[in-house]
Amino acid sequence: MKLGRVANYALLVVGSIIVAFPLLLALSYSLMSESEIATFPPPILPAQPTLDNYAQVFATIPIVRYLLNSFVVSSAVVVGQLLTASLAAYAFSFLVFRGRQVLFFLFLTTLMIPWEATIIPNYITIRSIGWLDTYQGLAVPFMATAFGTFLLRQAFLQIPRELWDAARIDGATTFRFLVSTVIPLSRPALGTVAIYGFLSTYNQYFWPLLITNQTLMRTTQVGIAQLRFEETLRWGLVMAGVIMVAVPTLALLVLGQRQLIRGLTAGAVKG
Amino acid sequence: MRWTARDLRSLGIGLAYLAPSLVLFAAFVFIPLAETINLSLFNTRATGAITTFAGLDHYLELLTSPAFRTGLLATAIFAIYTVPIGIALGLVLAVLLNQRLRAINVFRTMMSSTIAISAAVGALIWLLLFNPSLGLLNYLLSRVGVHGPEWLIQPTTAIIAVSITTIWLTLGTNIIVLLSGLQGVPEEIYEAARLDGARGLRMFTRITVPMVSPSLFFLFVVDTVAVLQAFTQIHVMTRGGPVDATRVLVYSIYQDAFQNFQFGFASAQAVILLLLVMGLTLIQFRFVERRVHYQ
Repeated sequence: MKLGRVANYALLVVGSIIVAFPLLLALSYSLMSESEIATFPPPILPAQPTLDNYAQVFATIPIVRYLLNSFVVSSAVVVGQLLTASLAAYAFSFLVFRGRQVLFFLFLTTLMIPWEATIIPNYITIRSIGWLDTYQGLAVPFMATAFGTFLLRQAFLQIPRELWDAARIDGATTFRFLVSTVIPLSRPALGTVAIYGFLSTYNQYFWPLLITNQTLMRTTQVGIAQLRFEETLRWGLVMAGVIMVAVPTLALLVLGQRQLIRGLTAGAVKG
Repeated sequence: MRWTARDLRSLGIGLAYLAPSLVLFAAFVFIPLAETINLSLFNTRATGAITTFAGLDHYLELLTSPAFRTGLLATAIFAIYTVPIGIALGLVLAVLLNQRLRAINVFRTMMSSTIAISAAVGALIWLLLFNPSLGLLNYLLSRVGVHGPEWLIQPTTAIIAVSITTIWLTLGTNIIVLLSGLQGVPEEIYEAARLDGARGLRMFTRITVPMVSPSLFFLFVVDTVAVLQAFTQIHVMTRGGPVDATRVLVYSIYQDAFQNFQFGFASAQAVILLLLVMGLTLIQFRFVERRVHYQ
């Protein structure tokens, strides 16, 4: 399929603009006044760009608090997942014990169970231990990850066995080998797990919607979606909120693209 | 086989490393799963406390409930609208991106940007695009002589609107997975096909598509499971309406459990969701296994 180079670039430019168009439009609308948005035909670029909508977001919802909540919860999930998954992956790669296969299969089964199928008992549990409207209620249920464990296990299996033998001869304990050798050698895979955990937690909606009622405990996703249900729908305001919430994840995409791609394709390409 | 003291000791060490994960999985996956199944067999109070044994009543009610049937139908329509088009679009764009060109990475980043976009953000943006008076979509349609519908007011178009939004949201993932599938195809295969006279569309259907079929199949399963779990875009855009047209299985679970407080009835639906997702995932596992055997 050799097209001319110019035709190729033209297709790429058109394709990229169409795919990115909704985002670019949100950015453009966030810079328009409400009266400009209401004009016909619908404008594409702001005639007089203004940051008023962004100021209005700060005045209408506690967006800084929402962002803080989301960052606290997502970071806690990342730290938790890195800890639990490295320990488990280490057991599944370096340690030899009977029952390992069965336990590995048990991890595997969690991938088949959708969170929505267990959400009712989980909600009842979180409510009964008084974790509604708390950071721990938002973060703790997601601190173990079978996906992350597999990813790390794959990385740990690449580490030469000779290092393990040498460490044993030097008298290093099992745990010390994990901390001083395995973890430092697996930084790229740990990065993938971290970025994945952060993105998926930051972008959550159903669970935070369910277990937070106080405005100040809302996360960003639930918080900006509330703008849609204000008495008068101000689109410029909503789009400014959308941009403020999407910027951290887009930054993460640009910075951690390689790690993200590795994660997404781990299960797909070579079965 | 007997367990020796050594076996027990090494198992103990192994379990110590697995304990943090196992405790969390037990607390938030396995026990809740058993509780969901259990709840589906009981009637409950609005607090969630169990009152009387219902046996299979909730399941029988599902079988005869027109609302449940409509919900399953909505779920199926949603999947049929979303998954094949999303994958086809992803494949076309991935082929376009699978070229050695200067600055190709800029285009790759732009086209895969939706992987970082949350469903809430995507739904809010598309809500504006679908707005009948302010939105660009109906304006563009009017420019080509089509009178755009009131997207979210009519049942048939509301599910289309939610599907378009979902296609856009999953496009980034589809592109990345298919692009890496394409990059795994050896150049010699294309060379050989070219020597045999394959070009253009023929090359695409006879060589490219079969070579990335594992990625296509993987996406088919993953995207269908994602559609089965889709909640956010529906909550933000339509709240299950109009006239239940977008009240898919997950939304129905949400409404029955957390708005109608029928935890037992909602749990029976959660079990159905579980079976659907497990079935799809098992097919995926078996497929992967078979492929490995044949290699």
